[in-house]
Amino acid sequence: MSGIARDVALLALGVLLLGAVPLLSPPDYAMHVFITMALTALAGTGWAMMGRFGLVSFGHGAFLGAAAYAMALLWNEAGLTPWLGIPIGVAVAVAIGMLLAYPAFRLRVVGHYFALVTLAAGEIVRILIVALRDHTGGSLGMTPVQAPPGQQFLAMQFDKTGFWWIALIAWAGGLLAWRLLDRSMSSKALAAISEDEDAAASIGIRVTREKMKVTVISVALAGLAGALTAQYRQYLNPESLAGLGISLQIVFGAIAGGMYAPFGPTIGAIITIGLDEALRIGFGTEFTGGAPLVYGLLLVLFMLFLPRGIAGLFERRARRAAAKPAAERATA
Amino acid sequence: MDFLDPFFLEALVNGILLGGVFALPALGLNLVFGVVDVVWLCYAELVMVGMYTVWFLHTQAGWPLALAFAACLPVIALLGMLLHLLVVRPLLTSPPINQVLATGGVLFVLQGAATLVFSTEFRSLGVDMPPMEVGEVFVSGTKLAAFCAALLGAAVLWAFLKFTYVGTAIRAIARDREVMPLMGVDPRRIYLIASAVGGALAGLAACLLVVQLDVHPFVGLSFGPITFMICVMGGLGNMLGGFLAAFLMGLIISVGGFWGSTEFSYVVAFAFFILVMFIRPKGLFAR
Repeated sequence: MSGIARDVALLALGVLLLGAVPLLSPPDYAMHVFITMALTALAGTGWAMMGRFGLVSFGHGAFLGAAAYAMALLWNEAGLTPWLGIPIGVAVAVAIGMLLAYPAFRLRVVGHYFALVTLAAGEIVRILIVALRDHTGGSLGMTPVQAPPGQQFLAMQFDKTGFWWIALIAWAGGLLAWRLLDRSMSSKALAAISEDEDAAASIGIRVTREKMKVTVISVALAGLAGALTAQYRQYLNPESLAGLGISLQIVFGAIAGGMYAPFGPTIGAIITIGLDEALRIGFGTEFTGGAPLVYGLLLVLFMLFLPRGIAGLFERRARRAAAKPAAERATA
Repeated sequence: MDFLDPFFLEALVNGILLGGVFALPALGLNLVFGVVDVVWLCYAELVMVGMYTVWFLHTQAGWPLALAFAACLPVIALLGMLLHLLVVRPLLTSPPINQVLATGGVLFVLQGAATLVFSTEFRSLGVDMPPMEVGEVFVSGTKLAAFCAALLGAAVLWAFLKFTYVGTAIRAIARDREVMPLMGVDPRRIYLIASAVGGALAGLAACLLVVQLDVHPFVGLSFGPITFMICVMGGLGNMLGGFLAAFLMGLIISVGGFWGSTEFSYVVAFAFFILVMFIRPKGLFAR
């Protein structure tokens, strides 16, 4: 069996197994945590698609928000079903991403500067959502209109089991996109670009085009995660779906898990969401500052001691294991 | 459009005064970046801690305001040194993104600590000066005083960098960090001093902001992003450029708010920043 067919089969098997979790009738709260983890993992996977090639975005929250608000506004104001609204929302996010990324890549805005341009773009989207308060509810947030009885499917308003399946499929789609990118020439080209843009261009790599490709994939996954999160929560808020806070949170999850391994952002999502919930239960509502405190401390410690994330630990071990037989062969 | 419209003039004056407020944190951030080559993502949060320091010493401990101001500078300078020693120094050889994310972690730590200690309540210093009338234009006394103090702070910084031995060493290391160690300058000491001065500037900015804004743990988010954009627009590390960009940004926001809403003016300011990045990626005033 060829590599990609095996990966697809493994992913499908994984989704089927995880999809059976509701059969064990876990408590609603556990399902809520699992769904949140899957959707956060999707957003982190999207971010890491760019991040691992040195395209560090501090504005991915904007893409979550753009897709989510486009979808919700289409449902509330035009009655368009989220089944169509989500693809349109993702397209809106991708359009914004391309509008921003194309000139940035053409004019070679890189490194710190690229990060700050995306940060500014993220803030613009957040402020626009707040400013359009007649439609979006401003900083108070908005709720999608409840579907009339019998039309839940059209409105994509499911119970936790239904959303768990949707979230799982979306998450697996993100991993598949990662795998497909890894197998394509684009990933080699992007690796070369992140090492040295001039050298990559001089051997005939189309720098802007390759960067645009990975940006479109990354933004689409983030947009999908944003729209699904909004649809699952049935609540949209500019702070939790756009702006610097959520953008940094996505980055933290991907970094903590490890952005160079396909499962890294997923590990990161399990850790960050698990940590969020543990802190919320541990500290209660009286010590609201406890969560960000621990969060930030961990971010600093990760940067100091584990810059390649948790997945980096396994990576090192795997590489050592791979290196050993080779060394033995060499000495034999 | 009548350009002598007193309300428009007032918007212009307010824009320049606002620029003065942005100028100080932009200077401090630029100093640290120019010398240490690390972006302090948590700079606005240092200012936030400074605002709490002044608020606490003045309203809770009962210190006179001048004394609270005077104490704020060394406290935040110390915080800047701690930040450098604990977080930045071990990461000096790491990729820039790791450094930025680590200081981003400090941002969360400071916000969380402030929430734990002071809760999310808005705290006001309760100090105000009467507005002054110049011609037909009303000028807020507090804003004018803050503006003058910002200019004074910038002048002192300039004199320090220009005329003292340490200042010369700081400027030299910003110019060439490979050669200076060979000339007998210890870069580790210079980095630490630059971090302390950067912290002190955040402390001064805190003194000027605490009389104009209520303090809460997330107050940094209201001027942090714009401070970064000002630095980058002026050219990261280019202090004069950042200083001028601060006034430009202040004018854009104030005049934008005059023609539209405050939110609209921030959108214009951020969009202007993105445009500048596209046209002059190394900053408006890059040499």
